[in-house]
Amino acid sequence: MVPFGLRTRLVLAFLLVAAVSAGTTAALTYREARSAVLRSAQDTAVASFREQVQTLAPSLPVEPDSLREMLFVIASKSKPQPWIVFAEYGSLRVSSGDSPTSSVITADLRRAALTTTHGSFQRVVKDGVPYLTVGVPVVVRNGSAGRLPTGLVLFAVIRMTEEQANVDALVSAARDGALPGLAVALIPALLAARSVLRPVRELRGAASSMGSGRLDTRISVRGRDELSDLARTFNESAAQLQRSVDELQRAEARARRFASDVSHELRTPLAGMLAVTEVLDEDAGGLDPDTARAVRLISTETGKLAVLVEDLMEISRFDARAAELNTDEVDAAETVRKTLHHRHWHDRVRAELPEGVRVRLDPRRFDVVVANLVGNALRHGSEPVTVRLSVRGELLVTEVADSGPGIRPEVLPHIFERFYKADAARTRSAGSGLGLAITQENVRLHGGTVRAWNAPDGGAVFTVEIPLRGPGGAQEAMA
Amino acid sequence: MPRVLLIEDDPSVREGVELGLRRRGHEVRTAATGESGLAALAEFRPDLLLLDLMLPGMNGVQVCRRVREDSQLPIIMLTARGDDFDVVIGLEAGADDYIVKPARTEVIEARIRAVLRRMEAPGGRPSVEFHGDLAVDRAGLTVAKNGERLALAPSEMKLLLHLSAAPEQVFSRQQLLEHVWEHSYHGDARLVDACVRRLRNKIEDIPGSPRYIQTLRGFGYRFGPL
Repeated sequence: MVPFGLRTRLVLAFLLVAAVSAGTTAALTYREARSAVLRSAQDTAVASFREQVQTLAPSLPVEPDSLREMLFVIASKSKPQPWIVFAEYGSLRVSSGDSPTSSVITADLRRAALTTTHGSFQRVVKDGVPYLTVGVPVVVRNGSAGRLPTGLVLFAVIRMTEEQANVDALVSAARDGALPGLAVALIPALLAARSVLRPVRELRGAASSMGSGRLDTRISVRGRDELSDLARTFNESAAQLQRSVDELQRAEARARRFASDVSHELRTPLAGMLAVTEVLDEDAGGLDPDTARAVRLISTETGKLAVLVEDLMEISRFDARAAELNTDEVDAAETVRKTLHHRHWHDRVRAELPEGVRVRLDPRRFDVVVANLVGNALRHGSEPVTVRLSVRGELLVTEVADSGPGIRPEVLPHIFERFYKADAARTRSAGSGLGLAITQENVRLHGGTVRAWNAPDGGAVFTVEIPLRGPGGAQEAMA
Repeated sequence: MPRVLLIEDDPSVREGVELGLRRRGHEVRTAATGESGLAALAEFRPDLLLLDLMLPGMNGVQVCRRVREDSQLPIIMLTARGDDFDVVIGLEAGADDYIVKPARTEVIEARIRAVLRRMEAPGGRPSVEFHGDLAVDRAGLTVAKNGERLALAPSEMKLLLHLSAAPEQVFSRQQLLEHVWEHSYHGDARLVDACVRRLRNKIEDIPGSPRYIQTLRGFGYRFGPL
């Protein structure tokens, strides 16, 4: 909105105030001093000229030569400046100077001089030179009628150069005073701007530091002004935020540790139970039917419980960010083939695996991803199930598609959530309900993405994309 | 059938695993503490030791170190903690493999068999090979360095035999897992790394700059070139 920064605006405002006050002061001072100088020179000149005229008026001759003599007398008495005297009487023009008339005397003054017995004056500037022109009519004293104009008018023309020089000196003095004043005003302006801006800058730094996660950031509070109030408020808010975050983190850590501890504690009894389930299964054939069913149930459920506990452990490792990626460069087709082979799925799953694709991944985690998606497709979809590998740019794309009814649209957004039940009526699925959540975490660990969608001709499709060069490999390649 | 000594403090696990293995024809002796297990070792002379990591008093890592001091007895760690830290600690102490609890008896037995399987020499080679200062006797399953016999754990021996059978050929961790540990898909590269580290400490002159077992970053390991 405003193109300038806060500092520039503060300094400009400061300078503007200083300039206006200095300018006003200088202008007023100049005007008063100038008129005082001019008025005093002018008063002296007018009074002195009038006095001379009055003194000499009775004896003023009208023939040009004598009049000229008299004008020289008057001019010699000039003060404070030398003046040139002109006399006008009818068509007679005489002066104490070089030319009989002056171009400086205006018609206004002539008219005024004829009508005003006291005389009048006018300031005229001609060719850059100021002049004072004074016109005094010569009057004769008549006993009863007072003064009568004789028709003779004397003019004095005075060059005001000296006064003008004085006034010019005033102007330059005012200017010379104001400019350094403005320059000096810049210093307090900068100081003031800095004293305002430093806390603002500190505040900005602290806010961005908080934003990047350093919640113990605080500002040092100085003084008791509005800015220090702001700093204090910031510190209090930061402390409160830190307390809340700490409390949340503690609660989260407690919850995570609890899940992890529970899983650990479950492992030991399960270890004993799982080791003997084969004994139960083998002997179930020789027991009476009810006992055999009970024994087989225990055996199956123990197996499921063991899987659930393993999955919970894995999830809590992801939550605690303790899951590590042990990458290796492998042949993509070979890796998928092994996964299918070891689970005896190779005759149930159609595989389209292009040879010669090398990829950097964690074989154990990638095996979990593929096994989970294929297992889901076999369990929830229907055969044939297809696993398809392809390379798109820098990504390895793994697609697992089934030929079942697909995934209902309202289920799709939640399918990777933990323990999400796609079918509300089925209270417990064959898996742990954590499989897809673990799949997603494993893919994320590889720096990839997994998504589920329905193929146009029916059937659910899961697409996994992971970088060929491993997580961070893409950045390395660019660098 | 192999004789197995199981050191495990939890009674139900001890009994469950013992029952399962005995049903499959193993001769099993159990001990509840590390100390009693070490005592039973001399008298029972097992073919393999199944060792719980967390034991009261002397823990599994200490037991493993004590056994490794003077014996090449195959050891499999049985652990309720599958986190990297615990697994690596156990492997560094000299175990040949580890099993995360809970596990089915068939899994435990498969691992036992893999560790115990005779190390077969590829045919057509002399039974004693010399590689630098190392003398490898494939028939007698002994390795000597400068005439001095080295005490190698079974996994270390298998790894050395496998690598030295094809000098200068590079094996990925995954390949080594499948051939040496027979782990197939649930393989774990940590086993290979830990075993290579231990083997280097025994056969290399300077373990920090290995001469016999060399690392190819991003690919795996190879034997030589010397």
